[in-house]
Amino acid sequence: MSKCPENIIEYMHEYLDNEIDPEHEQILMEHLRTCQTCQKHFHDLKKTVVLLQGTAHIKAPDRITSQVMALLPREKKQVGIKRWLYRHPFLTAAAVFVLFMMISAISVWNQSNDFSVTKYENILIEENNTAVVPDGEVIHGDIVVKNGNIRIEGKVEGNVTIINGEKYLASAGEVTGEIEEINEWFDWLWFSIKDLFKKLVEI
Amino acid sequence: MEEFVKKRIREVLKGERDAFAEIVELYKDKVYLICYRMLGNTHEAEDLTQETFLRAYVNIDRYNINRKFSTWIYRIATNLCIDRIRKKKPDFSLDAQIKGTDGLTMYSQLSSPRSLPEDEVVEMEIQDIVQKAIMNLPEKYRTVVVLKYIEELSLQEIAEILEMPIGTVKTRLYRGREALRKQLRHI
Repeated sequence: MSKCPENIIEYMHEYLDNEIDPEHEQILMEHLRTCQTCQKHFHDLKKTVVLLQGTAHIKAPDRITSQVMALLPREKKQVGIKRWLYRHPFLTAAAVFVLFMMISAISVWNQSNDFSVTKYENILIEENNTAVVPDGEVIHGDIVVKNGNIRIEGKVEGNVTIINGEKYLASAGEVTGEIEEINEWFDWLWFSIKDLFKKLVEI
Repeated sequence: MEEFVKKRIREVLKGERDAFAEIVELYKDKVYLICYRMLGNTHEAEDLTQETFLRAYVNIDRYNINRKFSTWIYRIATNLCIDRIRKKKPDFSLDAQIKGTDGLTMYSQLSSPRSLPEDEVVEMEIQDIVQKAIMNLPEKYRTVVVLKYIEELSLQEIAEILEMPIGTVKTRLYRGREALRKQLRHI
């Protein structure tokens, strides 16, 4: 029996995987013509492959799909929310807007602890954060006092708003517009929004 | 087909649970066949097929939509099967090298692995014989052979599924086929 070329078995496998190069293929084919042992080997390999290929018709039971679907976790909440946001872009934008408004409003409320009052020449400021409209003076316009009090002895031709403070209206004092005291942040927020809209309308 | 699958997956990603049913329909036979070939019994195959799709669904956001879906789902299936096989029996590997021999393994020492008696062969379906032969393969050869002959996957695809070099796939396939040849040549 002639000696089989080295790697001849490997060439057989390369052949089966369609990975053989022409040179190897030639060696293989020539050798197979003369060597019965290798012929048998190659034949058995091919038979093995055919047997393996021939059994690929097993089918999964039909119930698998419904079983899998029943096992799946409920849709992730996250996905549900995402999808809702995806489908309602305007509401989403509005919600985000309102959220940011709230956040900034709260932080502004918490920050602004300083006393302030709308500037008019004839308003006096006393030490204990009190603005005074002196007797005989007339203020033409609205007054906003923040984090302090106001004592009105003269006349205000406009609205007076006191945020985080108190008003003292002297008997001689007079306010032609409305007087409003705001001591809760949501009141203040409401006032800010109203104010904003008023300004927008004025523009 | 790949396009169809990707469309469904995008829907699943958006939260359309029902789109997943179509994916299961498409791949259940292949996945089942992989599991059956690897484990050798229908009950476990069904169990692991379900598990495969369940994992795929839960981890769907980790699937890279630019790659083939089949590669990904076959990887999940084979990994689950390998885990199951390893859990089942503490098998002493035939691949372990024998001390003092250069690269010789127990496997190569098995001159004629379990030849079946003639009359038994007649009674058994060819199917079963082939399956039995596959079950005799060590798990690492079994995996490669199973993937190769389920869908005529290319060596490259098998390498991707198993995340190993193509050379390793080749070698294992050769050895696996040789081992099967020895078992099946009497049919």
